Amino acid sequence: MSIWEYANPKKFMQTSAWLLPWAVGLTVLCLGIGLIWGFFFTPDDYKQGATVKIIYIHVPAAMMAINVWVMMLVTSLIWIVRRHHVSALAAKAAAPIGLTFTLIALVTGAFWGQPMWGTWWAWDPRLTSFLVLCLFYLGYIALWQAVENPDTAADLTGVLCVVGSVFAMLSRYAVNFWNQGLHQGASLSMDAKENVSDVFWLPLLICIAGFVLLFIALVLMRTRTEIRTRRAQALMARERLA
Amino acid sequence: MMPDLGKYAFAVLASYGATVVLLAALVALSFWQRARAKRLLDEVEARAGKTDG
Amino acid sequence: MIALLIRDLRLAFRTGGGFGLGLAFFLLVAVLVPLGVGPEGGTLGKIAPGILWVGALLACLLSLDRIFALDFEDGSLDLLATSPLPMEGAVAVKSLAHWLVTGLPLTLAAPALGILLNLPPAGYGWLVLSLALGTPALSVIGTFGAALTVGLKRGGLLLSLLVLPLYVPTLIFGAEVVKRGAAGMEVATPLALLAAITAGAAGLLPFASAAAIRVNLR
Repeated sequence: MSIWEYANPKKFMQTSAWLLPWAVGLTVLCLGIGLIWGFFFTPDDYKQGATVKIIYIHVPAAMMAINVWVMMLVTSLIWIVRRHHVSALAAKAAAPIGLTFTLIALVTGAFWGQPMWGTWWAWDPRLTSFLVLCLFYLGYIALWQAVENPDTAADLTGVLCVVGSVFAMLSRYAVNFWNQGLHQGASLSMDAKENVSDVFWLPLLICIAGFVLLFIALVLMRTRTEIRTRRAQALMARERLA
Repeated sequence: MMPDLGKYAFAVLASYGATVVLLAALVALSFWQRARAKRLLDEVEARAGKTDG
Repeated sequence: MIALLIRDLRLAFRTGGGFGLGLAFFLLVAVLVPLGVGPEGGTLGKIAPGILWVGALLACLLSLDRIFALDFEDGSLDLLATSPLPMEGAVAVKSLAHWLVTGLPLTLAAPALGILLNLPPAGYGWLVLSLALGTPALSVIGTFGAALTVGLKRGGLLLSLLVLPLYVPTLIFGAEVVKRGAAGMEVATPLALLAAITAGAAGLLPFASAAAIRVNLR
């Protein structure tokens, strides 16, 4: 029994079919509790007023936007090194989710920035790197769609993902260098001084768990879709040969 | 029941609204793609089954 | 390798496209921006470093799809793949040829356009130096994008979408050098980082580009 067993599409389909309802249920539970708690039952911040409620979607979406890319990098590397199809398809399935999270982070950030900074958008390092991340997601998805042969597409997007990761890191440091930001520091860090206060902490944590679960549920479902499509394509190719 | 959002009502509600819209779009897209893939696979498998047997 | 370089250069000169087109585009940007922004020298001088860098970047982008397209169509790319020259080497030579045809003329033309844009006198040296250091990175990164999209029918727009985010660090450091240089500030840090990006890209990206080409030729 090793983790590579799940690289077998059939095994993956079985396991994910069992796992998916749990993931969906837990997602609904966590997001429900977290968002309702956050929206209805937390006090306003003394400085930011009611806008602090945006944190329950802004921070988890932003965290996941980055983590999804990391997951895509890992699965792409697994595909490049070990040639497991499920891995490549999981990366493909994850990209639109990552793009959506990036957009959510950008949009909620704009709505938050408007009353707090007096502007929808500022060329702040964090905002700018998210815009760049958004472009990376778009390019990645576009490349998947443009290449017809699925194995070629998986290889090319895999290489793009690895190279893109390096340049995404570079961009992150480049924009930091280029402009000092308006954006506050990390909301969640080990350094308690920087942290958000306790009232907001717990519902935020639940919301983050909810977003992680939402991603897991969606990525399982979308990977299953991709596997089905691949199987249909393979069968159709066999039909044409016969 | 509804908390008093004060002058920030628009910012908060718009953020939640936009998030719901975006996530709903993503989920709808995923379900639509799933249905399409399932239909396609069922079709092809039915055909393959016929020619095999 | 040298034969390949000479052949690529000769092709580029004969078809004319890349060479003239990039320069013409660069000139257009330098003419259109003042028309759009207004003729005040102070404003223009302030944005000149950014405009010149963005112009050079876009001019570079224009000719990228030519790097492999012709060779792919007439099959010489397959020949290159089977030749004793490793693909990494061939790709690097292609990038070099692209730079000689677009990046180098852009670098040399930039001071003249700097006059049009009222660039402060202290900026000219840094402009040329930063472009000379930065445009090779643009060519190498662009070659990677071209390698990814080599077999595609409508690769042009996709190529821009793929390459543009990869250009971000180079653009930022490059424009920063000129901006600081023009303002008489210290430029060593962005200049060193720009050089590091170019060196890193030129050293490592040909491997990724060659891998992409091999996948596309499979």
